[in-house]
Amino acid sequence: MGTILFELALTSYFTATIISIYEIFRGMKEASRLMLITAGVGFAIHSASIVSRYLEAGHLPITSMHEASSFFAWCVVLIFFFLELRYKIGIMGSFIMPIVFLLMLSSSVLPREIRPLSPVLQSYWLGIHTFLAFLGNAAFAVAFGVGIMYLLQEHYLKAKRTHGLFKRLPSLQVLDEINYKLITLGFPLLTLAIITGALWAENAWGSYWRWDPKETWSLITWFIYALVLHIRLTAGWRGKKAAILSIIGFVVVLFTFFGVNLTLKSLHTFS
Amino acid sequence: MKILVVGLNHKTAGVDVRERLAFNGPKLEEGVFGLKKVQEIKEVALLSTCNRVEIYTCVGNCNSGAENVKQFLSTFHGIGRCDFEKALYVHTGAQAIRHVFRVAASLDSMVVGEPQILGQLKDAFDFALARKTTGILLNQLMKKAISTAKRVRTETRIAENAVSISFAAVELARKIFTELAGKSFMLMGAGEMAELAARHLVNNGVTEVMVVNRTYERGCELASEFNGKAVRFENFLQELVHTDIIICSTGAPSYVLRKDQMQKVMKERKHRPVFIIDISVPRNIDPGINKIENVYLYDVDDLQEVVDTNVMERQKEADKAEMIITEEVEKFIRWVASLDSVPTIVALRQKAEEIKGEELEKFRTKFPDLDEKKMKAIEYLATSLMNKLIHPPTAALKDDSEDRDELIAMIKKLYGLNGDEHEE
Repeated sequence: MGTILFELALTSYFTATIISIYEIFRGMKEASRLMLITAGVGFAIHSASIVSRYLEAGHLPITSMHEASSFFAWCVVLIFFFLELRYKIGIMGSFIMPIVFLLMLSSSVLPREIRPLSPVLQSYWLGIHTFLAFLGNAAFAVAFGVGIMYLLQEHYLKAKRTHGLFKRLPSLQVLDEINYKLITLGFPLLTLAIITGALWAENAWGSYWRWDPKETWSLITWFIYALVLHIRLTAGWRGKKAAILSIIGFVVVLFTFFGVNLTLKSLHTFS
Repeated sequence: MKILVVGLNHKTAGVDVRERLAFNGPKLEEGVFGLKKVQEIKEVALLSTCNRVEIYTCVGNCNSGAENVKQFLSTFHGIGRCDFEKALYVHTGAQAIRHVFRVAASLDSMVVGEPQILGQLKDAFDFALARKTTGILLNQLMKKAISTAKRVRTETRIAENAVSISFAAVELARKIFTELAGKSFMLMGAGEMAELAARHLVNNGVTEVMVVNRTYERGCELASEFNGKAVRFENFLQELVHTDIIICSTGAPSYVLRKDQMQKVMKERKHRPVFIIDISVPRNIDPGINKIENVYLYDVDDLQEVVDTNVMERQKEADKAEMIITEEVEKFIRWVASLDSVPTIVALRQKAEEIKGEELEKFRTKFPDLDEKKMKAIEYLATSLMNKLIHPPTAALKDDSEDRDELIAMIKKLYGLNGDEHEE
């Protein structure tokens, strides 16, 4: 059942992504609406698939790469819909849905079997730590999409290209505001994820910090976003620079998530 | 009954002709009532704006109707027909319906997509409606013209792009700042175009206005017009730190703001975005300033380019609008045609009733001995036969078919309905 639901969610997100790309090039109001509906349907099915897997496995389904990618994608859509409700920028979907689809696609090619939970993971920290980390990372993922939107709009304004996509992208102020809000949301979540992770590590292995690759890369991510916030407040690094930094930040997030798991040996490596 | 439009607009007539044929003030009422009295005209409405004078009518015969309208215009305004006849256009039937829909949707306007014309058209019809010079056909035409114009507005982006320099400035400012409310604005120098752009910005919510002028007194004068404050020319750099939008038109022969100065300003304002419009020729602001991050500099050519692009976009949207109009015109023609078939249906029934009456009468004379009960049964049979026989042609006439006109002609011919119940 979970598998069927997962495939259906993947198909819906794929459809939404195709529509969202069409929307970028053709700029039709109807396409935007259709994309939101398809993504909404996908999100509902996706939620059901996570619940179904939770019931099947008996624990939060975020212990394998397949589950983690899928849950990551789910958190991104959740934040996207929150923003959509608040700002109503249909075109934003064109920059977020491809990220969601790629996360789901990577999830779909990874091994899907449910493995028994290792003793160290059998803790209430599993839910708290991972949920905080994924939600934080999802905020950074959306900030990445919004950062790209900012750079595009900024380019159009500087180059004086004022037709097509320029008309449909929101103002620089709105994009910068959303970007800033997402980072101020993601940063404390990531901080809490690191703190709860440290507490859990102390509990499980007897030490707060072991310089495990995942821990190290998470710290690098944390420093990047701390820098974004710091220089924004002190030196006024807003707009374009903030957008570029949020793009770099998310690349590091992706490396921490996929790169570390797939290439480096880490205690965090999912089965 | 046919719809007939006689008129002229900015494309067909110069302002000298348009002003002589305009129906201003009391002339409008006189004109509408005068036209209503013209032979052939059954319904009339009159639209008179600075760009067009149009007479919408319903007439029995289009040719004589148009002739009469032309003659009326000549007599009413005291102008020889040869002085304006070349500028007139005459549209009838479907062409007339299309014309009215295009006017309402602002596709026939000087600035395609500008919204005023719909309001003017509504006023013209309300005026006629209040004076009872319109009827079922023109009222429905207007209702449809308004709804079509609204459909065009919602389904296309025809009115979304600014097509004047000052509106383009507002549009661009909105792409940087979202809301202009709460933003501060500096007007450097004066000049008609700069003032107009300033006025648009203020109308769109800019609250804090500063005016910088070489002559401080002129600056104060201008500042009072915008409820702003005057700033001495030598102090303008300090004020720039607090300014979000600048319009510059000082007429100075060289740059009044250099890149290095602006860099300092940006540092001081913590790189908050600035939108600068340089309308002066020669330019007063170093174009290199556009390279500074968060500074967006547009000169008069850039703005003109934005306007030109927008005009092109409007044209693209206008093509979509034309398709909507074609669709609506077809619907309206079908409605008008359905009106045409009503008199034929009535005539057909009348004819059938007549025949039935006559035949029953003959029958009664032939068989005077028949009792009332039997006669009633025969009458019933005759009615039933008549109804059954006229049902198919009636249904066909009511049907929304494309060849209704032919059908009407055919039924008239077949049943010998040659009365003048159907005006053509």
